[in-house]
Amino acid sequence: MNRKWLAAPYLVWMVIFIVVPLVMIFYYAFTAKDAGGLRFTFEHLIKAFDSKYLIALWKSLLYAFIATVICLVLAYPLALILAKHSKGGSVTLFIFILPMWMNFLLRTYAWLSLLETNNGLLNTFLRALHLPVLDIIGTPSAIVLGMVYNFLPFMVLPIYNSLAKIDKSVMEAAYDLGANDFQRLLRVTIPLSMPGVMSGITMVFMPAVTSFVIPNLLGNGKVNLIGNIIEQQFLLTYDWGFGAALSLVLMIMILISMAVMQRSDEDMEGGAGLW
Amino acid sequence: MKKIALLLAVLMFVFTGCAGNVKNDPSKPLAGTTIYVYNWGDYIAEDTIERFTKETGIKVIYETFDSNETMYAKYKSGAVNYDVLIPSDYMIEKLIAENELLPLNFDNIPNAKYIDESFRNLGYDPENKYSVPYFWGTLGILYNKKMVQEEVDSWDILWDSKYKGQIIMMDSVRDTFAVALKRLGYSLNSTDKAQVDEAVASLIEQAPLVQAYLMDQVKDKMIGEEAALAVIYSGEAVYTSEYNENLEYAVPKEGTNFFVDAMVIPKTCQNKEAAEAFINFMNDPQIAYNNTKYVGYSTPHTEARDMLDEEIKNNPAAYPPQEIIDKCEVFVDLGPEMTVYYNDKWNELKASLR
Amino acid sequence: MVKRGIEKLYLGLIMLFLYAPILTLIVFSFNDSKSRAKWGGFTLKWYKNMLNDPMISKSIYYTLLIALLAAVISTVIGTLAAIGIHVMKKKTKTVVLNVTYLPVLNPDIVTGIAFMLFFVAIGLKLGFTSMLIAHITFNIPYVILNILPKLSSLNKYTYEAALDLGAHPMQAIWKVIIPEIMPNIITGFLLAFTLSLDDFIISYFTTGSGVTNLSITIYTMTRRGIKPEINAVSTVMFLSILILLLIINKRSEKNNKKLGGVNV
Repeated sequence: MNRKWLAAPYLVWMVIFIVVPLVMIFYYAFTAKDAGGLRFTFEHLIKAFDSKYLIALWKSLLYAFIATVICLVLAYPLALILAKHSKGGSVTLFIFILPMWMNFLLRTYAWLSLLETNNGLLNTFLRALHLPVLDIIGTPSAIVLGMVYNFLPFMVLPIYNSLAKIDKSVMEAAYDLGANDFQRLLRVTIPLSMPGVMSGITMVFMPAVTSFVIPNLLGNGKVNLIGNIIEQQFLLTYDWGFGAALSLVLMIMILISMAVMQRSDEDMEGGAGLW
Repeated sequence: MKKIALLLAVLMFVFTGCAGNVKNDPSKPLAGTTIYVYNWGDYIAEDTIERFTKETGIKVIYETFDSNETMYAKYKSGAVNYDVLIPSDYMIEKLIAENELLPLNFDNIPNAKYIDESFRNLGYDPENKYSVPYFWGTLGILYNKKMVQEEVDSWDILWDSKYKGQIIMMDSVRDTFAVALKRLGYSLNSTDKAQVDEAVASLIEQAPLVQAYLMDQVKDKMIGEEAALAVIYSGEAVYTSEYNENLEYAVPKEGTNFFVDAMVIPKTCQNKEAAEAFINFMNDPQIAYNNTKYVGYSTPHTEARDMLDEEIKNNPAAYPPQEIIDKCEVFVDLGPEMTVYYNDKWNELKASLR
Repeated sequence: MVKRGIEKLYLGLIMLFLYAPILTLIVFSFNDSKSRAKWGGFTLKWYKNMLNDPMISKSIYYTLLIALLAAVISTVIGTLAAIGIHVMKKKTKTVVLNVTYLPVLNPDIVTGIAFMLFFVAIGLKLGFTSMLIAHITFNIPYVILNILPKLSSLNKYTYEAALDLGAHPMQAIWKVIIPEIMPNIITGFLLAFTLSLDDFIISYFTTGSGVTNLSITIYTMTRRGIKPEINAVSTVMFLSILILLLIINKRSEKNNKKLGGVNV
């Protein structure tokens, strides 16, 4: 029996519940209904290339990218530490997922209570110590902070899993061959953990690009990201064709970004395989 | 694993088994029927539904939405056959225009007589055939009198550079454009592109002074004194003044938006009499009073309003005098082309920020 | 020594970062004021009220039920899928993986509406089943993403050795591969459960018939202001899960000591 048939139930599921809805998006993106009936059109797609939408798209990709990088920088040492002392058991791991079990909206409101300029806990504290206050709510930094906060566990988990199972004998072999700690990290550990890193990047970057609650709350509604605009199309203007077109453009941009990042993972071991 | 399955089974049994028995009770002719009600979140007193079921035997499946638009999307998809919807004025108008609503049989809704005269035959339902108002309010300026020492009576104050960084506007296309349009002396339902463009230009000009564009967060920000001025609904203004006595509400002289949320019956209704019984029940004076007390918004129900405390029923923020109401306009659906135009302009405004 | 100290400090800082909002919420659940901007004194009344609200009880029930079912089913399907995908030829693998990512890539609202349209088109009445299907669909990619990397770092020959020794393929998989990837399966399960707990938009558009979850209830409250009972509910849920995890961990540590084995 070839193992690949184990994937069969999933493949069936996938075709019905992922492919078909996707086809519907294509359908909406490329058609328009008017007096003459249904017709094929590029007008939605063309509208998507107007500057105000491209700016939103660019900002979304940029903030998501920065947030992903910060997550990576924070998560990697964390995963290393956790993997090294993995006798702590899964509890240490659960402790990092646990915050995500409290509703996301509530946690974002809590950040407001902590970081607001006049009334926030942090600034009240700083003012008492006669230190300068942190006026962050409403700035892109707050948005990136919100994204990092929300997606950090998604980066930690896969990297930790990758690291925890690196064959100890490989590490020892490197040591025997004369590598010092830093060289070992660079030449052995990091390459072996790449699949986990790629998974992490995927699970952070993609949802980050489409988030709109974070910019609304932490960005004081001043930053319009692509997620907001797409939501408007489906709910406010009822222009589903345009909403679908924007989603398509977004999907393609993300796939391209991911493909660029994939160059370093030839065998698609990260499971994030593209092209 | 087994224990969890058992626990789940017990839980399911407990929850579903509570459906109760239905007997034939002549005083409850509609007992045993079920209706689907779709309302704003947290917009009804906690025991109203229970009381309704107890009194009439009609079961209610109650769902909530967070905006007229998500309600509309869900409703139109035909995914659920709703019996009663409680949308806002412009949405009701849109549904009427699209032939989605059933005319009400007021013989089954005798309690509708308690609705104040001035709430009948409003723009969105001119013949008063399809709706019974539930709550209403105005859009106005909430200000902190410690931080704002002058009289607040015009939308102009939100463009005053003295308050730079202390102004909060609404993160909503219609409401923010309404402020800009009214300030320029135009209708907040303007379909004149030149007027809309002028309004957007004024908003872009105002932008550097604005601290934030928010929706529900306005309340907490103002209570916490993060800003001096904000655009807000009257119902929310009443809420905030409970927590911070420095906050006052004013309706500007140029006029503003007057909104009404009302109960309607869509054509997907499976049991019209039961739906009408629900609407009737909601207008029973005691129930209307309970709902008003819980929700805190302004009620169109004369008896319910009478039963309120002196403080609230004479609070000009909650119940402004007629001359103010005369200057208010209800939102009207702009039609698809103008809706897209407004929205594109809104995105232009947002793109120009920082 | 210093290194260990720095490590602990780093861990501590990250924990502080992750938990600061949670602690804030827990504190607010005792706030005798509906507004988060004002402290009104200490109170337990939100805890007393919270179960009296039928909406909240219903939401909790459905939230937990759907999250559990969706996590279990998506973990099973996802694990099998990962094992299968791992041995696919490069071309098929690419196609399958790219399609798998689509629910992750798409903004929630697009996925939600696409599902809604699909269900209406096939005539499935919105309710528990439709919401469950939607949850399973968006959970599976995360399960796969967690297991696939691990599969590639497994020793390829253990499986074949098992076959050579006479094991039936299913036995080989069950006894050789699954134990190796078990930590990833568990992580995938946890991730799926977490995602389901917190989902709003997709749930909103794929549910009906009065089935609601906690996220929907909370989001629909935002126009009117979130009831403090929600803070109380969240605190209770959070603490129960924390305690549960601590108990599970104590138990598994005991087991490990007995077996003397390495475990994560």
